[in-house]
Amino acid sequence: MVTVGDPAIEVRALCKRYGDYEAVRGIDITVQRGEVFGLLGPNGAGKTTTVEILEGYRTRTSGEVSVLGHDPALRSIELRRRIGIVLQSGGIYSHITPREALRHWASFYSNPRDVEEVLELAGLREKADARSRTLSGGQLRRLDFALALVGDPELIFLDEPTTGFDPEARRAAWETVRSLRALGKTILLTTHYLEEAQALADRVAIVKDGRVLAIGPPQELMAHPPHHPSGAAHYRVAYRNDDGELIERDTDDPTTLLHELTSEALARGQRLQELSVGRPTLEDVYLELTAASSGDRDV
Amino acid sequence: MSEASGAVKSDAVNPLVLSWRQYRLERRMFWRNPSAAFFNFVLPLLFLAGAGAALSGNQHQLNRLVPMIAGMSVMSTTFTALAYNIVFLRERGVLKRIRGTPLPTTSYFGGVAANAVTNTALQIAIVVIAGRLFFGVGWPRHWEALIVFVLLGVVCFAALGVAFAHVIPNFESTAAYVNAVFLPVVAISFYVFDSSSAPGFVRTIAEALPLKPLIDGLSAAMVGGAGLGGHLDALAVIALWGAFGLYFAVRGFSWESARS
Repeated sequence: MVTVGDPAIEVRALCKRYGDYEAVRGIDITVQRGEVFGLLGPNGAGKTTTVEILEGYRTRTSGEVSVLGHDPALRSIELRRRIGIVLQSGGIYSHITPREALRHWASFYSNPRDVEEVLELAGLREKADARSRTLSGGQLRRLDFALALVGDPELIFLDEPTTGFDPEARRAAWETVRSLRALGKTILLTTHYLEEAQALADRVAIVKDGRVLAIGPPQELMAHPPHHPSGAAHYRVAYRNDDGELIERDTDDPTTLLHELTSEALARGQRLQELSVGRPTLEDVYLELTAASSGDRDV
Repeated sequence: MSEASGAVKSDAVNPLVLSWRQYRLERRMFWRNPSAAFFNFVLPLLFLAGAGAALSGNQHQLNRLVPMIAGMSVMSTTFTALAYNIVFLRERGVLKRIRGTPLPTTSYFGGVAANAVTNTALQIAIVVIAGRLFFGVGWPRHWEALIVFVLLGVVCFAALGVAFAHVIPNFESTAAYVNAVFLPVVAISFYVFDSSSAPGFVRTIAEALPLKPLIDGLSAAMVGGAGLGGHLDALAVIALWGAFGLYFAVRGFSWESARS
C-alpha cells in the first residue's frame, strides 16, 4: 500500500514514440500529494500524450511511471477508482440529464460523493434535469468536472479544463480547483493559459518538443528565470523615450539602472513616461524559453 | 485526503450490478431517442404491412414473408443499431470517458448486449403477433428453435456490428457503410430464400452469409418444418460468423476517435 509520504505521481525518463515521431523525449516529473501541478506548453508539446499515459489511455515506449503507486499501463480498476479525469474533449450521452449521468457514474464507486452536492459544486443545479444535448459548451464542461469528481477521487487530471470558457466561467472553474486543493486533492493540470498556471499551480513544468524546459513554483520561475545565465533575480525596467517608443531593459540591479536613467533624464530636463519596474511574468519566462528552444531547431 | 489513500476504497462494486445499471441506462436512452425507436420497431413493421398487403390472400407467400421480416429485424436491431451507436459514442468521446472510469469493460458490454437482446426480443414478438393477427400465420411451431436461432442471431450480428464499427472512420459516413452491407445482404438473402430459381453461385453466396441461414431457421421454427436438429448446418454458419465477429469486435475495438 502507498503511504502518505509517497508522491502521487512519479515519472522518470518517460518516452513515447509514434512511428518515427517522438512525442515525448525523456520527461521527469514528481507530483506531491495535495499539490496542484501544471503542465504548460504550446500545442504539440507532448502534454496530452504525457497525461494520457498517466491516465492509462496510452502505453509508453520507455521510462518509469507510477500513479498512486500503480503502473497505469496495467489499467487496474483499483487505480481508476481513485482518479478522476477531465478529458480535453469527452462527450456524454445526449439523451440523459446531468443528474442521471451523475447518478450512473456514482454507481461505479463504492464511496461516491453526494450527487446533489456535486451538482451544486459544478454549478449545474439549474440544468440538473435538462437533456444534456440542450446544454451549452460551458455547461457541458462543468458536467465534465462533475463526472470526474463524483467518485471522490484523490488525484484529478484536468486536461485544458477552461479552454473556450469566458472569463467569468474561468474564474468559477478556478474556484472549483482551489476548493479541491483545499480538500487535499492532488491535481495535474495541463493548460496553455499562463495566467491559469500562475493562478492555480503550486509548481509548473514548461514542456516543449517532448522535453521539460523548466520546472518549479511559478514565483520562483519568474524570480529566477532558468534561461538567465546567472540565474540571478531579474527585473525589467520599462519606459517611453522621447519618440514615444517603449524601451524595456532587463537588469539584476534595478536601483542602479533607475538612478542612471532618471538622473540622465532630469539632466536633460525630461520625464520618463510610463516608467515601471517589474518582474517578468510567467508569460515572459515561457515565451523566452519556448523561443530559445526552437532557435536551435527547425520547427 | 490522507485517510482515503489506504484500503478504504478497495471494495469493488459487483460487476453484475453495474451491467444491470448500464442496461437500465441503455433502455432509458433508447426510448428517449425517437429515431432509434423508429428504426428498430416501425421500419420493419412498415415492411411487413406493405409486403403483407401486397401478398394478401396468398398464405404460402405470407408464411415466407414473416420469417424474412423477422430475420431482417434481428439484423437491424443488432448489426445496424450497434454499428451506429458504437461509432457515435466513439466519435463523441463517450467511450473514452467511460474507459477512464472503474466501470469494467465486461459490465459495459454486458449492459449494451442485454439492451440489443431486449430490442430483438420485442421486435420478434411484434412480428410473431402481427403475423398471427393480420396475416394468418400460426403461432411458432418450435419455440425452442425460435429462441436458439434468435439468440444465436443476436450474438452473431451484434458482434459483427461492433467489429464493423471499427471499419467506419467517422460518424458522417456511418449510414453509407452500414447500408452498403445491410441492403445487399438483405436483398440477396430474401431473393435466394424466396426464389427456387436463383442462380447457383448467388445461392452459394447467400448460404455462406449469416442472414439466409437465420431466415431458414426462423422459418422452420415459426411456420413449420424441421426443429433445431434439421438446421444444424444453418446454426454452424451463424456460429462461425459469430466467432469471426467476436474475434474482430474484441481485437479491433477502438475506444476513441482516430483523429485525436
